[in-house]
Amino acid sequence: MRYVLTRLAWALIILLGTSTITFGVAFLVPGDPARVIAGPRADAETLAQVRRELALDAPVVTQYARYLGRLVRGDLGRSYATREPVGTLLLRRLPATATLALTALAVAIVIGLLGATVTARFAGTWIDRTALVASLTLLSAPVFWLGMLALYYVGYRWRLLPLGGAGSPRHLILPALVLGSGTGVYYARLLHTNLVEVLGQEYIRAARGRGVGAIRLLFRHALRNACLPLITVIGLDLAALMNGVVLTETVFHWPGIGRLAFEAVLNLDVPVIMGAVLLSASLVVSASLMVDLVYRVVDPRIRLE
Amino acid sequence: MKTDGLLRIGCAMGTALVGAAVFGPVLAPYDPTAVVAARLAEPMPPGAPFYLGTDDLGRDVLSRLLYGARISVLVGLVAMSVTMTIGTAVGLTAGYFGRFIDVVLMRITDVMLAFPGLLLAVALVAVLEPSVWTIFIVIGLVSWTGVARVIRSEVLSLREREYVVAARAMGAGSTRILWRHILPNILPTMLVIAALSTSGTILLDAGLSFLGIGVPPPTPTWGRMIQEATSYYRVAPWLMLFPGAAVLYAVLAFNFIAYGLARQGRAPTT
Repeated sequence: MRYVLTRLAWALIILLGTSTITFGVAFLVPGDPARVIAGPRADAETLAQVRRELALDAPVVTQYARYLGRLVRGDLGRSYATREPVGTLLLRRLPATATLALTALAVAIVIGLLGATVTARFAGTWIDRTALVASLTLLSAPVFWLGMLALYYVGYRWRLLPLGGAGSPRHLILPALVLGSGTGVYYARLLHTNLVEVLGQEYIRAARGRGVGAIRLLFRHALRNACLPLITVIGLDLAALMNGVVLTETVFHWPGIGRLAFEAVLNLDVPVIMGAVLLSASLVVSASLMVDLVYRVVDPRIRLE
Repeated sequence: MKTDGLLRIGCAMGTALVGAAVFGPVLAPYDPTAVVAARLAEPMPPGAPFYLGTDDLGRDVLSRLLYGARISVLVGLVAMSVTMTIGTAVGLTAGYFGRFIDVVLMRITDVMLAFPGLLLAVALVAVLEPSVWTIFIVIGLVSWTGVARVIRSEVLSLREREYVVAARAMGAGSTRILWRHILPNILPTMLVIAALSTSGTILLDAGLSFLGIGVPPPTPTWGRMIQEATSYYRVAPWLMLFPGAAVLYAVLAFNFIAYGLARQGRAPTT
Protein backbone atom coordinates (compact mmCIF):
# COMPACT_ATOMS: atom_id res chain seq x y z
CA MET A 1 0.00 0.00 0.00
CA ARG A 2 2.81 2.35 0.92
CA TYR A 3 4.38 1.63 -2.47
CA VAL A 4 1.13 2.46 -4.28
CA LEU A 5 0.89 5.82 -2.50
CA THR A 6 4.52 6.81 -3.19
CA ARG A 7 4.14 5.80 -6.81
CA LEU A 8 0.92 7.83 -7.06
CA ALA A 9 2.66 10.86 -5.55
CA TRP A 10 5.49 10.59 -8.08
CA ALA A 11 2.97 10.38 -10.92
CA LEU A 12 1.34 13.59 -9.68
CA ILE A 13 4.74 15.31 -9.47
CA ILE A 14 5.53 14.24 -13.03
CA LEU A 15 2.15 15.59 -14.18
CA LEU A 16 2.88 18.89 -12.42
CA GLY A 17 6.23 18.93 -14.24
CA THR A 18 4.63 18.37 -17.64
CA SER A 19 2.18 21.21 -17.03
CA THR A 20 5.08 23.46 -16.01
CA ILE A 21 6.75 22.75 -19.33
CA THR A 22 3.62 23.37 -21.41
CA PHE A 23 3.09 26.58 -19.42
CA GLY A 24 6.64 27.58 -20.18
CA VAL A 25 6.20 26.88 -23.88
CA ALA A 26 2.87 28.74 -24.17
CA PHE A 27 3.54 31.75 -21.95
CA LEU A 28 7.26 32.39 -21.81
CA VAL A 29 8.04 32.23 -25.52
CA PRO A 30 9.55 35.30 -27.12
CA GLY A 31 6.76 37.45 -28.49
CA ASP A 32 3.26 38.20 -27.30
CA PRO A 33 1.56 35.23 -25.58
CA ALA A 34 -1.85 36.87 -26.06
CA ARG A 35 -1.17 36.89 -29.79
CA VAL A 36 -0.06 33.25 -29.67
CA ILE A 37 -3.15 32.17 -27.75
CA ALA A 38 -5.76 34.32 -29.51
CA GLY A 39 -4.48 33.58 -32.99
CA PRO A 40 -2.91 35.61 -35.77
CA ARG A 41 -6.21 37.12 -36.94
CA ALA A 42 -7.41 38.38 -33.55
CA ASP A 43 -8.29 42.13 -33.30
CA ALA A 44 -7.11 44.50 -30.58
CA GLU A 45 -10.26 43.99 -28.51
CA THR A 46 -9.91 40.19 -28.42
CA LEU A 47 -6.23 40.56 -27.53
CA ALA A 48 -7.12 42.84 -24.62
CA GLN A 49 -9.75 40.36 -23.47
CA VAL A 50 -7.31 37.45 -23.62
CA ARG A 51 -4.80 39.48 -21.60
CA ARG A 52 -7.44 40.18 -18.96
CA GLU A 53 -8.67 36.56 -18.82
CA LEU A 54 -5.21 35.05 -18.51
CA ALA A 55 -3.87 37.84 -16.28
CA LEU A 56 -0.91 38.29 -18.59
CA ASP A 57 0.29 41.47 -16.87
CA ALA A 58 0.42 39.71 -13.49
CA PRO A 59 3.71 38.21 -12.17
CA VAL A 60 4.72 34.85 -13.66
CA VAL A 61 3.94 32.97 -10.42
CA THR A 62 0.35 34.27 -10.39
CA GLN A 63 -0.02 33.39 -14.07
CA TYR A 64 1.25 29.89 -13.42
CA ALA A 65 -1.09 29.40 -10.43
CA ARG A 66 -4.05 30.49 -12.53
CA TYR A 67 -2.95 28.23 -15.37
CA LEU A 68 -2.87 25.24 -13.02
CA GLY A 69 -6.27 26.24 -11.64
CA ARG A 70 -7.73 26.23 -15.14
CA LEU A 71 -6.13 22.84 -15.90
CA VAL A 72 -7.59 21.27 -12.74
CA ARG A 73 -11.05 22.46 -13.84
CA GLY A 74 -10.38 20.89 -17.26
CA ASP A 75 -10.23 24.27 -18.97
CA LEU A 76 -7.62 24.04 -21.75
CA GLY A 77 -8.65 27.24 -23.51
CA ARG A 78 -10.48 27.61 -26.80
CA SER A 79 -9.43 26.63 -30.29
CA TYR A 80 -9.11 29.78 -32.31
CA ALA A 81 -10.05 28.02 -35.50
CA THR A 82 -13.48 26.82 -34.28
CA ARG A 83 -13.84 28.75 -30.96
CA GLU A 84 -14.79 25.44 -29.29
CA PRO A 85 -13.32 24.53 -25.89
CA VAL A 86 -10.16 22.46 -26.45
CA GLY A 87 -11.22 19.93 -23.80
CA THR A 88 -14.42 19.11 -25.70
CA LEU A 89 -12.52 18.77 -28.99
CA LEU A 90 -10.01 16.39 -27.45
CA LEU A 91 -12.59 14.25 -25.66
CA ARG A 92 -14.54 13.82 -28.89
CA ARG A 93 -11.41 12.50 -30.62
CA LEU A 94 -10.15 10.35 -27.75
CA PRO A 95 -12.17 7.14 -28.48
CA ALA A 96 -10.80 6.90 -32.06
CA THR A 97 -7.20 7.29 -30.83
CA ALA A 98 -7.73 4.78 -28.02
CA THR A 99 -9.16 2.23 -30.48
CA LEU A 100 -6.24 2.65 -32.88
CA ALA A 101 -3.52 2.69 -30.22
CA LEU A 102 -4.85 -0.36 -28.36
CA THR A 103 -5.34 -2.38 -31.55
CA ALA A 104 -1.83 -1.43 -32.68
CA LEU A 105 -0.48 -2.46 -29.29
CA ALA A 106 -2.19 -5.85 -29.63
CA VAL A 107 -0.70 -6.24 -33.13
CA ALA A 108 2.72 -5.28 -31.74
CA ILE A 109 2.53 -7.82 -28.92
CA VAL A 110 1.54 -10.61 -31.32
CA ILE A 111 4.38 -9.72 -33.71
CA GLY A 112 6.78 -9.42 -30.79
CA LEU A 113 5.92 -12.84 -29.36
CA LEU A 114 5.95 -14.60 -32.72
CA GLY A 115 9.13 -12.90 -33.91
CA ALA A 116 11.00 -13.53 -30.67
CA THR A 117 10.06 -17.22 -30.37
CA VAL A 118 10.96 -17.93 -34.00
CA THR A 119 14.29 -16.06 -33.89
CA ALA A 120 15.21 -17.50 -30.49
CA ARG A 121 14.44 -21.00 -31.74
CA PHE A 122 16.78 -20.41 -34.70
CA ALA A 123 19.33 -18.25 -32.85
CA GLY A 124 22.62 -17.95 -34.71
CA THR A 125 21.31 -19.35 -38.00
CA TRP A 126 20.63 -17.46 -41.23
CA ILE A 127 16.96 -17.09 -40.23
CA ASP A 128 18.03 -15.11 -37.16
CA ARG A 129 20.46 -12.96 -39.16
CA THR A 130 17.90 -12.20 -41.90
CA ALA A 131 15.32 -11.33 -39.28
CA LEU A 132 17.77 -8.88 -37.69
CA VAL A 133 18.43 -7.00 -40.94
CA ALA A 134 14.71 -7.07 -41.82
CA SER A 135 13.70 -5.68 -38.45
CA LEU A 136 16.37 -2.94 -38.57
CA THR A 137 15.05 -2.00 -42.02
CA LEU A 138 11.44 -1.83 -40.83
CA LEU A 139 12.47 0.23 -37.80
CA SER A 140 14.29 2.67 -40.11
CA ALA A 141 11.28 3.34 -42.37
CA PRO A 142 9.21 6.45 -41.60
CA VAL A 143 5.82 5.22 -40.36
CA PHE A 144 3.93 7.75 -42.54
CA TRP A 145 5.70 6.41 -45.62
CA LEU A 146 4.81 2.82 -44.72
CA GLY A 147 1.23 4.05 -44.36
CA MET A 148 1.27 5.58 -47.83
CA LEU A 149 2.77 2.43 -49.34
CA ALA A 150 0.04 0.35 -47.66
CA LEU A 151 -2.63 2.73 -48.95
CA TYR A 152 -1.19 2.62 -52.47
CA TYR A 153 -0.83 -1.15 -52.76
CA VAL A 154 -3.47 -2.68 -50.46
CA GLY A 155 -6.05 0.08 -50.81
CA TYR A 156 -5.61 1.43 -54.34
CA ARG A 157 -3.91 -1.21 -56.49
CA TRP A 158 -5.33 -4.39 -54.96
CA ARG A 159 -8.56 -2.75 -53.71
CA LEU A 160 -8.64 -4.90 -50.60
CA LEU A 161 -9.23 -2.27 -47.93
CA PRO A 162 -10.63 1.28 -47.75
CA LEU A 163 -8.40 4.24 -48.67
CA GLY A 164 -8.32 5.82 -45.23
CA GLY A 165 -11.03 7.29 -43.04
CA ALA A 166 -12.98 5.52 -40.31
CA GLY A 167 -16.35 3.94 -39.75
CA SER A 168 -15.93 0.18 -39.94
CA PRO A 169 -13.52 -2.42 -38.56
CA ARG A 170 -12.11 -2.71 -42.10
CA HIS A 171 -10.88 0.89 -41.81
CA LEU A 172 -8.92 -0.02 -38.71
CA ILE A 173 -6.85 -2.86 -40.23
CA LEU A 174 -4.24 -0.91 -42.23
CA PRO A 175 -3.47 1.87 -39.71
CA ALA A 176 -3.27 -0.63 -36.85
CA LEU A 177 -0.94 -2.92 -38.83
CA VAL A 178 1.30 -0.04 -39.94
CA LEU A 179 1.47 1.48 -36.46
CA GLY A 180 1.85 -1.87 -34.71
CA SER A 181 4.46 -3.48 -36.96
CA GLY A 182 7.34 -1.13 -36.09
CA THR A 183 6.65 -1.40 -32.36
CA GLY A 184 6.19 -5.17 -32.74
CA VAL A 185 9.58 -5.61 -34.36
CA TYR A 186 11.12 -3.59 -31.55
CA TYR A 187 9.43 -5.79 -28.93
CA ALA A 188 10.59 -8.88 -30.82
CA ARG A 189 14.25 -7.76 -30.57
CA LEU A 190 13.97 -7.06 -26.83
CA LEU A 191 12.10 -10.28 -26.15
CA HIS A 192 14.61 -12.21 -28.26
CA THR A 193 17.48 -11.06 -26.02
CA ASN A 194 15.55 -11.96 -22.84
CA LEU A 195 14.47 -15.29 -24.26
CA VAL A 196 17.98 -16.36 -25.27
CA GLU A 197 19.13 -15.47 -21.75
CA VAL A 198 16.28 -17.33 -20.05
CA LEU A 199 16.77 -20.39 -22.27
CA GLY A 200 20.31 -20.70 -20.92
CA GLN A 201 19.18 -20.89 -17.30
CA GLU A 202 19.31 -23.90 -15.02
CA TYR A 203 15.59 -24.50 -14.60
CA ILE A 204 15.19 -24.74 -18.37
CA ARG A 205 17.96 -27.33 -18.57
CA ALA A 206 16.33 -29.18 -15.69
CA ALA A 207 12.98 -29.16 -17.48
CA ARG A 208 14.64 -30.35 -20.67
CA GLY A 209 16.30 -33.11 -18.66
CA ARG A 210 12.90 -34.20 -17.35
CA GLY A 211 11.89 -34.66 -20.99
CA VAL A 212 9.70 -31.58 -21.52
CA GLY A 213 9.10 -31.07 -25.26
CA ALA A 214 10.63 -28.09 -27.12
CA ILE A 215 7.32 -26.30 -27.77
CA ARG A 216 6.03 -26.74 -24.23
CA LEU A 217 9.43 -25.70 -22.87
CA LEU A 218 9.32 -22.49 -24.90
CA PHE A 219 5.76 -21.47 -24.12
CA ARG A 220 5.20 -22.82 -20.61
CA HIS A 221 8.62 -22.34 -19.10
CA ALA A 222 10.74 -19.77 -20.93
CA LEU A 223 8.34 -17.25 -22.48
CA ARG A 224 6.59 -16.39 -19.21
CA ASN A 225 9.78 -15.16 -17.57
CA ALA A 226 11.13 -13.57 -20.73
CA CYS A 227 7.94 -11.50 -21.12
CA LEU A 228 8.16 -9.82 -17.73
CA PRO A 229 10.68 -7.07 -18.59
CA LEU A 230 8.62 -6.33 -21.69
CA ILE A 231 5.74 -5.10 -19.52
CA THR A 232 7.80 -2.15 -18.22
CA VAL A 233 8.99 -1.38 -21.74
CA ILE A 234 5.40 -1.17 -22.99
CA GLY A 235 4.70 1.43 -20.31
CA LEU A 236 7.82 3.45 -21.10
CA ASP A 237 7.35 3.33 -24.86
CA LEU A 238 3.79 4.64 -24.92
CA ALA A 239 5.17 8.10 -25.63
CA ALA A 240 6.92 6.73 -28.72
CA LEU A 241 3.68 5.01 -29.74
CA MET A 242 1.90 8.39 -29.48
CA ASN A 243 4.42 9.87 -31.97
CA GLY A 244 3.46 7.10 -34.36
CA VAL A 245 -0.23 7.74 -33.68
CA VAL A 246 0.08 11.36 -34.82
CA LEU A 247 1.74 10.40 -38.11
CA THR A 248 -0.43 7.32 -38.78
CA GLU A 249 -3.67 9.18 -38.12
CA THR A 250 -2.54 11.96 -40.43
CA VAL A 251 -1.86 9.57 -43.31
CA PHE A 252 -5.02 7.49 -42.87
CA HIS A 253 -7.36 10.40 -42.08
CA TRP A 254 -8.16 8.62 -38.84
CA PRO A 255 -10.30 11.06 -36.79
CA GLY A 256 -8.27 10.89 -33.55
CA ILE A 257 -6.16 13.26 -31.47
CA GLY A 258 -3.18 12.93 -33.79
CA ARG A 259 -5.14 14.02 -36.83
CA LEU A 260 -6.59 16.85 -34.71
CA ALA A 261 -3.06 17.91 -33.80
CA PHE A 262 -2.04 17.85 -37.47
CA GLU A 263 -5.03 20.02 -38.44
CA ALA A 264 -4.13 22.36 -35.57
CA VAL A 265 -0.57 22.62 -36.93
CA LEU A 266 -1.94 23.67 -40.33
CA ASN A 267 -3.87 26.55 -38.66
CA LEU A 268 -1.12 27.17 -36.07
CA ASP A 269 -3.90 26.62 -33.51
CA VAL A 270 -1.61 26.72 -30.45
CA PRO A 271 -4.24 26.00 -27.72
CA VAL A 272 -5.27 22.77 -29.50
CA ILE A 273 -1.62 21.69 -30.00
CA MET A 274 -0.87 22.38 -26.33
CA GLY A 275 -4.00 20.49 -25.29
CA ALA A 276 -2.98 17.48 -27.37
CA VAL A 277 0.55 17.58 -25.89
CA LEU A 278 -0.75 17.79 -22.33
CA LEU A 279 -3.36 15.07 -22.86
CA SER A 280 -0.85 12.63 -24.37
CA ALA A 281 1.64 13.32 -21.59
CA SER A 282 -1.02 12.61 -18.94
CA LEU A 283 -2.05 9.43 -20.79
CA VAL A 284 1.58 8.29 -20.80
CA VAL A 285 2.02 9.07 -17.10
CA SER A 286 -1.17 7.22 -16.07
CA ALA A 287 -0.35 4.26 -18.31
CA SER A 288 3.15 3.86 -16.88
CA LEU A 289 1.70 4.15 -13.37
CA MET A 290 -0.72 1.32 -14.16
CA VAL A 291 2.05 -0.76 -15.73
CA ASP A 292 4.21 -0.39 -12.61
CA LEU A 293 1.35 -1.48 -10.37
CA VAL A 294 0.43 -4.44 -12.62
CA TYR A 295 4.09 -5.48 -12.76
CA ARG A 296 4.17 -5.95 -8.98
CA VAL A 297 1.14 -8.20 -9.18
CA VAL A 298 2.56 -10.26 -12.04
CA ASP A 299 6.12 -10.61 -10.75
CA PRO A 300 6.20 -11.44 -7.01
CA ARG A 301 10.01 -11.11 -6.95
CA ILE A 302 9.70 -7.30 -7.16
CA ARG A 303 7.62 -7.14 -3.97
CA LEU A 304 10.41 -8.79 -2.00
CA GLU A 305 13.01 -6.17 -2.91
CA MET B 1 40.14 -7.58 -34.77
CA LYS B 2 37.66 -8.22 -37.55
CA THR B 3 35.29 -5.36 -38.35
CA ASP B 4 31.62 -6.21 -37.89
CA GLY B 5 29.78 -6.81 -41.18
CA LEU B 6 26.84 -4.53 -40.43
CA LEU B 7 29.23 -1.81 -39.29
CA ARG B 8 31.10 -1.99 -42.62
CA ILE B 9 27.87 -1.85 -44.67
CA GLY B 10 26.61 1.02 -42.50
CA CYS B 11 29.84 3.00 -42.93
CA ALA B 12 29.76 2.51 -46.72
CA MET B 13 26.12 3.63 -46.87
CA GLY B 14 26.85 6.61 -44.61
CA THR B 15 29.84 7.70 -46.71
CA ALA B 16 27.73 7.58 -49.88
CA LEU B 17 25.02 9.61 -48.14
CA VAL B 18 27.42 12.29 -46.93
CA GLY B 19 28.99 12.31 -50.42
CA ALA B 20 25.57 12.90 -51.99
CA ALA B 21 24.93 15.69 -49.51
CA VAL B 22 28.28 17.43 -50.03
CA PHE B 23 28.37 17.10 -53.82
CA GLY B 24 24.58 17.40 -54.27
CA PRO B 25 24.72 20.73 -56.14
CA VAL B 26 27.34 19.32 -58.54
CA LEU B 27 25.53 16.01 -59.06
CA ALA B 28 22.01 17.44 -59.38
CA PRO B 29 21.08 17.70 -63.07
CA TYR B 30 18.65 20.60 -62.53
CA ASP B 31 17.84 23.44 -60.18
CA PRO B 32 15.65 21.81 -57.47
CA THR B 33 13.24 24.75 -57.33
CA ALA B 34 12.99 25.44 -61.07
CA VAL B 35 10.13 24.28 -63.29
CA VAL B 36 11.86 22.05 -65.82
CA ALA B 37 9.13 19.72 -67.14
CA ALA B 38 7.48 20.58 -70.45
CA ARG B 39 3.94 20.03 -69.19
CA LEU B 40 2.79 21.86 -66.09
CA ALA B 41 0.61 20.57 -63.26
CA GLU B 42 1.06 16.97 -64.30
CA PRO B 43 3.77 14.85 -62.71
CA MET B 44 5.95 12.96 -65.23
CA PRO B 45 6.89 9.33 -64.48
CA PRO B 46 10.56 8.34 -64.16
CA GLY B 47 12.44 8.19 -67.49
CA ALA B 48 15.10 10.17 -69.35
CA PRO B 49 15.85 13.02 -69.00
CA PHE B 50 14.14 13.03 -65.57
CA TYR B 51 15.39 9.76 -64.11
CA LEU B 52 13.16 9.87 -61.03
CA GLY B 53 10.32 11.80 -62.68
CA THR B 54 9.00 15.28 -61.97
CA ASP B 55 6.56 16.52 -59.33
CA ASP B 56 3.20 18.28 -59.66
CA LEU B 57 4.93 21.64 -60.18
CA GLY B 58 7.21 20.27 -62.88
CA ARG B 59 10.37 20.13 -60.73
CA ASP B 60 13.00 17.38 -61.09
CA VAL B 61 12.62 14.79 -58.29
CA LEU B 62 16.25 13.57 -58.45
CA SER B 63 17.62 17.11 -58.00
CA ARG B 64 15.22 17.75 -55.14
CA LEU B 65 16.27 14.49 -53.47
CA LEU B 66 19.95 15.40 -53.71
CA TYR B 67 19.36 18.85 -52.21
CA GLY B 68 17.13 17.22 -49.59
CA ALA B 69 20.06 14.99 -48.58
CA ARG B 70 21.96 18.14 -47.58
CA ILE B 71 19.22 19.15 -45.16
CA SER B 72 18.74 15.65 -43.75
CA VAL B 73 22.46 15.11 -43.14
CA LEU B 74 22.91 18.63 -41.75
CA VAL B 75 19.92 18.36 -39.38
CA GLY B 76 20.88 14.78 -38.50
CA LEU B 77 24.43 15.67 -37.48
CA VAL B 78 23.88 19.09 -35.90
CA ALA B 79 20.73 18.13 -33.96
CA MET B 80 22.52 14.94 -32.89
CA SER B 81 25.37 17.07 -31.50
CA VAL B 82 22.87 19.22 -29.58
CA THR B 83 21.17 16.08 -28.25
CA MET B 84 24.48 14.50 -27.26
CA THR B 85 25.75 17.68 -25.58
CA ILE B 86 22.65 18.14 -23.42
CA GLY B 87 22.29 14.41 -22.72
CA THR B 88 25.96 13.91 -21.81
CA ALA B 89 26.05 17.00 -19.59
CA VAL B 90 22.94 15.91 -17.69
CA GLY B 91 23.99 12.24 -17.50
CA LEU B 92 27.55 13.00 -16.31
CA THR B 93 26.40 15.49 -13.69
CA ALA B 94 23.61 13.27 -12.36
CA GLY B 95 25.69 10.10 -12.35
CA TYR B 96 28.87 11.57 -10.91
CA PHE B 97 27.58 13.96 -8.27
CA GLY B 98 24.64 11.78 -7.28
CA ARG B 99 22.44 12.53 -4.27
CA PHE B 100 20.18 15.58 -4.57
CA ILE B 101 21.44 16.66 -8.01
CA ASP B 102 20.82 13.17 -9.35
CA VAL B 103 17.26 13.05 -7.99
CA VAL B 104 16.36 16.45 -9.43
CA LEU B 105 17.92 15.82 -12.86
CA MET B 106 16.38 12.37 -13.19
CA ARG B 107 12.92 13.67 -12.26
CA ILE B 108 13.27 16.33 -14.96
CA THR B 109 14.25 13.54 -17.34
CA ASP B 110 11.16 11.55 -16.30
CA VAL B 111 8.97 14.56 -17.00
CA MET B 112 10.49 14.99 -20.46
CA LEU B 113 10.09 11.25 -21.14
CA ALA B 114 6.33 11.55 -20.59
CA PHE B 115 6.02 13.80 -23.65
CA PRO B 116 5.71 12.27 -27.08
CA GLY B 117 8.80 13.93 -28.61
CA LEU B 118 7.19 14.64 -31.96
CA LEU B 119 4.16 16.39 -30.43
CA LEU B 120 6.31 18.46 -28.07
CA ALA B 121 8.54 19.42 -31.00
CA VAL B 122 5.43 20.40 -32.98
CA ALA B 123 4.28 22.61 -30.11
CA LEU B 124 7.73 24.24 -29.76
CA VAL B 125 8.12 24.91 -33.48
CA ALA B 126 4.55 26.29 -33.62
CA VAL B 127 5.34 29.03 -31.10
CA LEU B 128 8.88 29.77 -32.34
CA GLU B 129 10.10 31.18 -35.64
CA PRO B 130 10.42 28.35 -38.17
CA SER B 131 14.02 28.05 -39.40
CA VAL B 132 16.82 25.49 -39.65
CA TRP B 133 18.17 26.74 -36.31
CA THR B 134 14.82 26.23 -34.58
CA ILE B 135 14.75 22.65 -35.86
CA PHE B 136 18.28 21.96 -34.53
CA ILE B 137 17.45 23.30 -31.07
CA VAL B 138 13.95 21.81 -30.83
CA ILE B 139 15.05 18.31 -31.82
CA GLY B 140 17.89 18.53 -29.29
CA LEU B 141 15.51 19.72 -26.57
CA VAL B 142 13.03 16.88 -27.03
CA SER B 143 15.43 13.97 -27.54
CA TRP B 144 18.26 14.26 -24.97
CA THR B 145 16.51 12.14 -22.32
CA GLY B 146 17.52 8.72 -23.64
CA VAL B 147 21.17 9.82 -23.91
CA ALA B 148 21.15 11.21 -20.36
CA ARG B 149 19.83 7.96 -18.90
CA VAL B 150 22.38 5.75 -20.65
CA ILE B 151 25.34 8.02 -19.77
CA ARG B 152 24.17 8.28 -16.15
CA SER B 153 24.05 4.52 -15.65
CA GLU B 154 27.53 4.14 -17.23
CA VAL B 155 28.95 6.83 -14.94
CA LEU B 156 27.29 5.28 -11.89
CA SER B 157 29.22 2.06 -12.43
CA LEU B 158 32.52 3.77 -13.36
CA ARG B 159 32.43 6.11 -10.36
CA GLU B 160 33.09 3.28 -7.95
CA ARG B 161 35.96 1.68 -9.93
CA GLU B 162 39.26 1.47 -8.13
CA TYR B 163 41.22 3.72 -10.47
CA VAL B 164 38.64 6.48 -10.02
CA VAL B 165 38.70 6.06 -6.26
CA ALA B 166 42.51 6.07 -6.41
CA ALA B 167 42.55 9.26 -8.48
CA ARG B 168 40.20 10.89 -5.99
CA ALA B 169 42.40 9.77 -3.09
CA MET B 170 45.41 11.35 -4.80
CA GLY B 171 43.54 14.64 -4.77
CA ALA B 172 42.27 14.90 -8.33
CA GLY B 173 39.38 17.35 -8.70
CA SER B 174 35.96 16.46 -10.10
CA THR B 175 36.66 18.13 -13.44
CA ARG B 176 39.88 16.17 -13.89
CA ILE B 177 38.29 12.87 -12.91
CA LEU B 178 35.33 13.41 -15.24
CA TRP B 179 37.49 14.58 -18.13
CA ARG B 180 40.49 12.25 -17.81
CA HIS B 181 39.06 9.10 -16.24
CA ILE B 182 35.33 8.84 -16.87
CA LEU B 183 34.75 10.44 -20.27
CA PRO B 184 37.35 8.34 -22.17
CA ASN B 185 35.76 5.19 -20.75
CA ILE B 186 32.26 6.03 -21.86
CA LEU B 187 33.38 7.02 -25.38
CA PRO B 188 32.50 3.63 -26.95
CA THR B 189 28.98 3.86 -25.53
CA MET B 190 28.75 7.47 -26.67
CA LEU B 191 29.64 6.47 -30.23
CA VAL B 192 26.83 3.92 -30.29
CA ILE B 193 24.23 6.35 -28.95
CA ALA B 194 25.50 9.10 -31.24
CA ALA B 195 24.82 6.87 -34.25
CA LEU B 196 21.42 5.84 -32.86
CA SER B 197 20.60 9.45 -32.10
CA THR B 198 21.52 10.49 -35.66
CA SER B 199 19.07 7.99 -37.13
CA GLY B 200 16.39 9.00 -34.63
CA THR B 201 16.97 12.66 -35.47
CA ILE B 202 16.65 12.08 -39.23
CA LEU B 203 13.34 10.24 -38.64
CA LEU B 204 12.05 12.95 -36.30
CA ASP B 205 13.03 15.69 -38.77
CA ALA B 206 11.29 13.82 -41.59
CA GLY B 207 8.18 13.53 -39.40
CA LEU B 208 8.24 17.26 -38.62
CA SER B 209 8.63 18.11 -42.32
CA PHE B 210 5.82 15.71 -43.14
CA LEU B 211 3.56 17.55 -40.68
CA GLY B 212 4.48 20.77 -42.50
CA ILE B 213 6.62 22.41 -39.82
CA GLY B 214 10.14 21.30 -40.69
CA VAL B 215 12.79 23.39 -42.39
CA PRO B 216 10.71 26.02 -44.26
CA PRO B 217 10.43 26.15 -48.10
CA PRO B 218 11.84 26.68 -50.69
CA THR B 219 14.55 24.31 -49.31
CA PRO B 220 13.51 20.82 -50.47
CA THR B 221 13.25 18.29 -47.62
CA TRP B 222 12.41 14.61 -47.94
CA GLY B 223 9.59 14.81 -45.39
CA ARG B 224 7.85 17.68 -47.18
CA MET B 225 8.29 15.95 -50.56
CA ILE B 226 6.31 13.02 -49.10
CA GLN B 227 3.75 15.43 -47.66
CA GLU B 228 3.31 17.14 -51.04
CA ALA B 229 2.90 13.72 -52.66
CA THR B 230 -0.08 12.75 -50.45
CA SER B 231 -2.59 14.25 -52.90
CA TYR B 232 -0.94 12.47 -55.85
CA TYR B 233 0.07 9.10 -54.45
CA ARG B 234 -2.42 7.20 -56.62
CA VAL B 235 -1.53 8.79 -59.97
CA ALA B 236 2.13 9.49 -59.21
CA PRO B 237 3.38 6.99 -56.59
CA TRP B 238 7.03 7.78 -57.43
CA LEU B 239 6.61 11.17 -55.76
CA MET B 240 6.35 9.50 -52.34
CA LEU B 241 8.30 6.34 -53.15
CA PHE B 242 11.73 7.93 -53.74
CA PRO B 243 11.87 10.43 -50.85
CA GLY B 244 10.61 7.75 -48.46
CA ALA B 245 13.26 5.34 -49.70
CA ALA B 246 15.84 8.10 -49.20
CA VAL B 247 14.80 8.55 -45.55
CA LEU B 248 14.86 4.78 -45.07
CA TYR B 249 18.37 4.59 -46.58
CA ALA B 250 19.78 7.37 -44.39
CA VAL B 251 18.22 6.07 -41.17
CA LEU B 252 19.25 2.50 -41.94
CA ALA B 253 22.86 3.55 -42.55
CA PHE B 254 23.16 4.97 -39.03
CA ASN B 255 21.21 2.10 -37.46
CA PHE B 256 23.63 -0.37 -39.06
CA ILE B 257 26.56 1.64 -37.72
CA ALA B 258 25.03 1.76 -34.22
CA TYR B 259 24.17 -1.92 -34.16
CA GLY B 260 27.51 -2.96 -35.63
CA LEU B 261 29.45 -0.82 -33.14
CA ALA B 262 27.46 -2.22 -30.23
CA ARG B 263 27.99 -5.80 -31.40
CA GLN B 264 31.70 -5.27 -32.02
CA GLY B 265 32.10 -3.70 -28.58
CA ARG B 266 30.50 -6.73 -26.98
CA ALA B 267 32.35 -9.30 -29.06
CA PRO B 268 35.65 -9.74 -27.10
CA THR B 269 33.91 -10.29 -23.77
CA THR B 270 31.17 -12.72 -24.80
